[in-house]
Amino acid sequence: MFEISPTEWTAILLSLRVAIIATLVATPFGIALAWLLARRNFWGKSILDAAVHLPLVLPPVVTGYLLLLTLGRRGMVGAWLAENLGIVFAFRWTGAALACGVMSFPLLVRPIRLSIEAIDRRLEQASSTLGAAPWQVFATVTLPLALPGILAGMVLGFAKAIGEFGATITFVSNIPGETQTISSAIYSLIQTPDGDSAAGRLVLISIVIAMGALIASEWFARRATQRLHGN
Amino acid sequence: MLRVDVAKQLGEFSIEASFTSEGRVTGLFGASGAGKTSLINMIAGLLRPDRGVITLDGETLDNTATGAHVPPHRRRIGYVFQDARLFPHLDVRQNLDYGRRMNRLADDPAQRSRVIDLLDIGGLLDRRPGQLSGGERQRVALGRALLSKPRLLLMDEPLGSLDEGRKVEILPYLMRLRDEGIPMVYVSHDAAELRQLATQIVMLRNGRVTALGGVKVLTGAAPV
Repeated sequence: MFEISPTEWTAILLSLRVAIIATLVATPFGIALAWLLARRNFWGKSILDAAVHLPLVLPPVVTGYLLLLTLGRRGMVGAWLAENLGIVFAFRWTGAALACGVMSFPLLVRPIRLSIEAIDRRLEQASSTLGAAPWQVFATVTLPLALPGILAGMVLGFAKAIGEFGATITFVSNIPGETQTISSAIYSLIQTPDGDSAAGRLVLISIVIAMGALIASEWFARRATQRLHGN
Repeated sequence: MLRVDVAKQLGEFSIEASFTSEGRVTGLFGASGAGKTSLINMIAGLLRPDRGVITLDGETLDNTATGAHVPPHRRRIGYVFQDARLFPHLDVRQNLDYGRRMNRLADDPAQRSRVIDLLDIGGLLDRRPGQLSGGERQRVALGRALLSKPRLLLMDEPLGSLDEGRKVEILPYLMRLRDEGIPMVYVSHDAAELRQLATQIVMLRNGRVTALGGVKVLTGAAPV
């Protein structure tokens, strides 16, 4: 009964690839932004903060449409990228990864920001009196102490990315083998007369992935607390 | 030789302090809230004076007239905080080695084992800070500061968070440290402690220096 067909496998592997790439590429940006929001005061900070959270509250179809307008083949940025650098996002799996990265970004940034805010700044002062330059303080104290938060953010971002549907399907459509992720495959299957059992299998698989991500995230959060208490 | 002549406004409170120290251990004495910690934070470079000059052995660390400010990590001034501030994600051995790594100093096993013996922390090397007692933590913090080979050692009430029994335990180590010859600025509100350790006293009250001189100036100092 639980026989996964090649088309389903394709969707599962594509989802994993899209979500993993989206998370790995977004993480450095997420850390930089989280640090900026946690540590710096600058003009426009609340606007930036709101912009980061925007994908969380906007209808996903709006985010997808905005991506299409800017990064589609005829979009301003998209046309320039295609012409000068040969990078095309529209209707490619890379576009799916981009859409997933944008949609999961708020969930990635938040735990990182919280863990940076929780770091005792006096430890960073101690580090500088021991001769550490600001980048060394960041690399040897801030980053390691924020690591559990970073991992938690990555797990949450990954879980969001793997389940993303609205923005992805709007931006890169639903092409089997190229942009058809688990979510869009389920969507197609439940519109097909005899697609129910296949849809059911994919639903189960996405529940398993999401549960796994949440449990992992919880575990990392617990590690964070232990780490900050030095045990 | 350390020369400090600074002014700093901190909310309602202001510091205007000037002193020169040539003694091996300068005791900065005053009640809590007298501005002792702010003053040594300025020496460490963690706090910038509004106005004034700080020099160490002829090198200008701060001079607000010229805008000179050497950042803390280039001062080579060790700092032992009241709350130790060991890095919780590193074990004792890595904490001790931290300053050497950051300053890119060559490995010096002889000095390391001497400091470890001096402070009796050889048995703690594989532990995490969370598994140490208050007194042990403070000894490791002393070792960590020493091993960064500072030109000057700042100590902010290193016994302040310890109970009487622990103080008696640490004091001999501090006296050994004094005899190592690294100049120190030792902050305390405890006259008895300073009488045992300091060679020169700077008395601070409400952010102003009220007395300077040998440990004799502590005589008759109001108990705090």
